[in-house]
Amino acid sequence: MKRFITAPAAEPVARVTTHAGPFRSAKIHRPLLALLLGLLPAADALAAEAAQPATPLGLPPLAVPADNPQTPEKIALGEKLFNDKRFSSTGEIGCVSCHEPAKGFSDSPKPVSTGVNGLNGTRNAPTVINAAYLDSQFWDGREPTLEAQSLQPFVNPVEGGLADHRPILDVVRTDPDYRAAFDDVFGVSGEDVTMDHVAKAIASFERTLIAGDSPFDRFYFGGETDAMTPQQIRGLSVFLVEGRCNSCHVIEQDQALFTDNEFHNIGVGINDVEEEVPQFAAAFLKAKNAGADVDKTVLTDPKSSELGRFAVTSDISKIGAFKTPTLRNIALTAPYMHDGSLATLEEVVEHYDNGGFSGDSDHANAYLSGGIRPLGLTEQQEDDLVAFMQALTSPKYAALAQQAQADDAAGAAPAQEPATADQEADQ
Amino acid sequence: MSKLNRREFLKGAGLLTAGSVLPMSLVELAFADAKQNFTFAYISDSHIQQIKGNQFVRNWDRGLMRAVAETNLLDPKPDFVLYGGDIAQLGSKPEIDHGLELLSALRYPVHYALGEHDYYLDLGEYWESQLGPQWYSFDHKGVHFIVLNSILTYQDWIDKWPTAEQRMATMAGLDNPNGSPFMVGGEQRAWLADDLSKVSLETPIVVLSHSPLQKIFRNWNFWTEDADQVQALLRPFEKVSVLYGHVHQIQYNQIGNISFNSAMATAWPWPYPRSYAQAPSHMPKLTVPMNRADPFFERDATGWQLIDLHSGNVDLHYALYDNTNRVVAFNEQTGQPEDTRYQDSGGQVPAQMHY
Repeated sequence: MKRFITAPAAEPVARVTTHAGPFRSAKIHRPLLALLLGLLPAADALAAEAAQPATPLGLPPLAVPADNPQTPEKIALGEKLFNDKRFSSTGEIGCVSCHEPAKGFSDSPKPVSTGVNGLNGTRNAPTVINAAYLDSQFWDGREPTLEAQSLQPFVNPVEGGLADHRPILDVVRTDPDYRAAFDDVFGVSGEDVTMDHVAKAIASFERTLIAGDSPFDRFYFGGETDAMTPQQIRGLSVFLVEGRCNSCHVIEQDQALFTDNEFHNIGVGINDVEEEVPQFAAAFLKAKNAGADVDKTVLTDPKSSELGRFAVTSDISKIGAFKTPTLRNIALTAPYMHDGSLATLEEVVEHYDNGGFSGDSDHANAYLSGGIRPLGLTEQQEDDLVAFMQALTSPKYAALAQQAQADDAAGAAPAQEPATADQEADQ
Repeated sequence: MSKLNRREFLKGAGLLTAGSVLPMSLVELAFADAKQNFTFAYISDSHIQQIKGNQFVRNWDRGLMRAVAETNLLDPKPDFVLYGGDIAQLGSKPEIDHGLELLSALRYPVHYALGEHDYYLDLGEYWESQLGPQWYSFDHKGVHFIVLNSILTYQDWIDKWPTAEQRMATMAGLDNPNGSPFMVGGEQRAWLADDLSKVSLETPIVVLSHSPLQKIFRNWNFWTEDADQVQALLRPFEKVSVLYGHVHQIQYNQIGNISFNSAMATAWPWPYPRSYAQAPSHMPKLTVPMNRADPFFERDATGWQLIDLHSGNVDLHYALYDNTNRVVAFNEQTGQPEDTRYQDSGGQVPAQMHY
């Protein structure tokens, strides 16, 4: 590990070329090659290459489901749906309400998200950025894909507040713009437009929200030895060695998603309700077996929410366990943890250093993951670690956040066209 | 003790054992209608270790706390808990007291067996004062349970140590060549013969011991010196299950009518992992280091188990952290315990044939 700190990845120039180049050259040769093989790709497959941004430095290639290829038109439709607040009982809440581009696609600084009529849920809005890479969606992984995830908040009583998806279909089947777009993208109209199409379009848009290129990426994968400050470089060492952070927030040899896609009890939330777990875990399971909806229950009942992954799998060893979130762009998405209970990165580091407790609780719950233990970090190491996490911000989202702050300061309305801002930031 | 009749008992329907997790709902379904079936939990080998004063090794504390907390969540509730021995690491009062305090959070009755780490400081005196006789039997729903002290040894060895602490420390070394083999001993075997004489041969028997009542590997004390004589006493009975701790891993075997199943430890796994480098790990030192990397997750390869007792045989559901839970169930067709997932020979890792 030390080797990487002192001598960042070899052949940085070659790597950058790899990231920037392949699509253009491939486009020239691939149809010819495919023709020779008798496997001429469909036109939309080529369009998908054009639509999907090149893989940023520090990320692996993104897998796109075969049944939902990327096209520019579908991505644009997905963005429109993402931003449409008509898809809620009050007409005031859309995906974008809790996943704002200028806030790293979260609703920072809210601890938990607010849906229709000012109702609060139980969970901190996770960023959409790089969610396309995750093995499962939501803090407890209760949906496997972006497509499946996108359908839930509309009909959760403390989010979109709709009783069912019918009002969304009424809009997209009658609104002239949507009619044209769904016909163009999916070749469907009228009753043939379904929530499956809506979900696919939203997911396609979300698959464009990928971000690497952070100072860490330029340092670690790009070989730019001055991309991180000396303190951040020390913090990386703490991250890899004394803090053992990378055991869950994974950095691999050629890319880093900063997650193991697993679920761990780290002593957040559950510490405070530990004594009551036998009662409410049993009550939850009874209700679930009787048909209660997990998505609604965990977002409306604070105690059930603390069951974490157990609520999905009924596995006793996952009581209070939540998905390892990415750390990319973490500086933009305070506060932290599944319940937003830790306000700053300093508090997060202190929580881990204590061995899984902080704030009002003075000990960790009995179900604590075996990976959580007192770390014995020095104050200097803790400061360095926080500095390192600030090196994980991607420039295009940092630019969006800065622009929004500037707009706020000038009394102007926040940016309404995130895609435009995206493109500007890219250039 | 009256002769037990288990005709009714044997009518119990087979349980669902295919689950790879330990779902409360699955257990509930399985027990929706079979009155004679019952479950008990089995926790073992906590090795609570005092550092000094009120400081105890956090890792071992957390293992026991977690097993206790999770066992308390079982629904429907197990009838009782068996504790397989080695509450303490070095047999001291503070260690036994601290272990029993953590175990006191269990919401079920507990039946304890004695391990060598509880015994060789004061030859079981404090353990006995807190938990009662070192060997005993009881009946539960048509099953005869026997708890043995299988970690006794030769009197010459016991007497040769200048201090009790030296004796304890030597026996606490797993592969210490100065140790001595475990045994049940003549006095206890006579008691066992007498106890068994009051039980009908059809009555299912469950024996709890700390060391395996079978001979696996003497150098590690995975061994009971008079195992053959104990097995001979158990041989006349139709269905016998021996449950043991000590080995910190999953083992199962069938010798004639006797099924053998081991318990996971809550403390540390076998093979012993390399220690966590940044802080003292308190992992016991071995004469010959074993090849297992530091798993990071301290609960890796530790766990506890839920046992279904049905038709006179036991099925063990192992709760294994950060891993795939396993079920070792008695197979009525082959007449032996088998891992329900890994029995297929195509999925097995070939045995190591060289040493």
